[in-house]
Amino acid sequence: MSDPIVVAEGLRKSFGDTHALRGLDLSVPRGTVCGLLGPNGAGKTTAVRILATLSAPDAGHARIAGHDVVREAAQVRERIGLAGQYAAVDEKLTGRGNLRMFGRLYHLPRRQAHRRADELLERFGLTEAADRPVGGYSGGMRRRLDLITCLILRPEVLFLDEPTTGLDPRSRGEIWDSVRELVADGTTVLLTTQYLDEADRLADDVAVIDHGKVIATGTPDELKATIGDRLDVVLEDPATRPAAAAVLNALAGAGPATAGADRLSVALPATGLRLADIVRDLDRAGVAVADVSLRRPTLDEVFLRLTDRKEPVR
Amino acid sequence: MTAIPVPLDRLRWTLTDGLTLAGRELSRLRQEPGQIVAALLFPVVMVVLFGYVFGSAIQVPGGGDYRAYLMPGLFAMVTFTAVQGVMGRMAADASRGVMDRFRSMPMARSAVPFGHSGADSLIGVPLLGVMVVTGLLVGWRPQQGLLPAAEAFALIVLLRYALGWVGVYLGLAVKDEQVAEAMVPLGLPFTMLSNAFVPTDGMPAWLRFVAEWNPVSALTAAIRRLSGSPGALPGDAAWPLAHPVAAVLLWSAALLVIFVPLSLRAYARKGR
Repeated sequence: MSDPIVVAEGLRKSFGDTHALRGLDLSVPRGTVCGLLGPNGAGKTTAVRILATLSAPDAGHARIAGHDVVREAAQVRERIGLAGQYAAVDEKLTGRGNLRMFGRLYHLPRRQAHRRADELLERFGLTEAADRPVGGYSGGMRRRLDLITCLILRPEVLFLDEPTTGLDPRSRGEIWDSVRELVADGTTVLLTTQYLDEADRLADDVAVIDHGKVIATGTPDELKATIGDRLDVVLEDPATRPAAAAVLNALAGAGPATAGADRLSVALPATGLRLADIVRDLDRAGVAVADVSLRRPTLDEVFLRLTDRKEPVR
Repeated sequence: MTAIPVPLDRLRWTLTDGLTLAGRELSRLRQEPGQIVAALLFPVVMVVLFGYVFGSAIQVPGGGDYRAYLMPGLFAMVTFTAVQGVMGRMAADASRGVMDRFRSMPMARSAVPFGHSGADSLIGVPLLGVMVVTGLLVGWRPQQGLLPAAEAFALIVLLRYALGWVGVYLGLAVKDEQVAEAMVPLGLPFTMLSNAFVPTDGMPAWLRFVAEWNPVSALTAAIRRLSGSPGALPGDAAWPLAHPVAAVLLWSAALLVIFVPLSLRAYARKGR
């Protein structure tokens, strides 16, 4: 992978007593999708606003394609697109009207702005609705229009701040498809989201933020591996539970959690254990199982584990 | 293509971007014919309400037709609605995220405030035209000839533009469409606290002082003088009423000098 196109170093930002960012570091390689995950108030939106030149950090610095977001904001703005949590398009204008206006504001000549608007509407399936006021669009259509408005100049970096919050599954799928298509064209995407399956499906790398700092980074699989796989066993006879628990304890090196009279669940160490071995060991101990399943933790579980707040928030 | 390296380019882009945003306001109006109808109906309603309902009981100082006396006041009143209009549109952009998009784009920072204030002036001119036609229909006439009348309209447009900048600043300050909407009713008492509807010399001294220094009064008096409308000034009128044209010019200059830099700074700083 080439040099990172988005770099943040030690970003700090406070609003009065609230410390939104306290030394955030981030590095996104060109042409990848980076998912920024974190609980509400973790500082995701603040980070995106700083990277998109909307807000200045109190300390630290950030560069987009080598340009400082504070000192070279104009150069940065030529290279980025920003789609926010709510669709930032003019509801009173038509879809085509919006794209034409933003095209003009990107300083495209009139004819070129019109052509680009038509191209984008066509490519993202909004041609039919193009001449209706945006106020009458569905949530998904509006969000798609918001997204393609960022694409007028073919930005190098696209910031998507919770692009599918509040959308139905079908519309979410459409947004995902659009994002994948952009990445295939070489656009780098920084995505914040509350939906972990979204990060799982779209992101090459995930950075988990909590209390204004990055607390973990890696691919979704790497993050899942840090807490290991999970084994769930359903017993035919609840009386065999102690025997089953002993077997699982020996395999996993930790006592299983009981999920019910006939159910056991245990976190396995990251080193691979084969399902066949587990079933064989249980059989040898005289435990008849109704069901046994080995599953990868979801990103949700990783997330909850990582952001588990043991200490009071300050 | 999009770099803004030299001041001259910056100025050019400010104008181009401003015009694009002004065009946006006009397209918005086209999508909402109801708003145009409401905007055009407003002056007619005011003429009927004040000209015929209240007017039947009001004596014009120095004699003359009350409706001819009233029309310059209504011109002034409509001029001052620029503040509310621009404030509302600015606040709507700020609260809906449209402004964030503008600010993340490689456009001139000053374009958005200039666009909003300029668009309002473009909208204001046809509105003024409707007012004039309404006035002519109910008996108001520019008695002093065409040149002073044109001078009066130039004053109206100038002050309207300056007031647009007050609206830009207030819109950026409230940042919330609902708050901006809630402030709209405050406009009416402000314009009524003037000589627009009734002469000031019957008011209690403190109220008269406020009314005579109200810029609405200066504009009304200037239009009355330049169009030769009825309404004799009391001998002891305050300075802005005795020198209304100069007062309107001063008001406009003062508002521009204060609110243009204030708005530009507020816009550049928003979110920092």
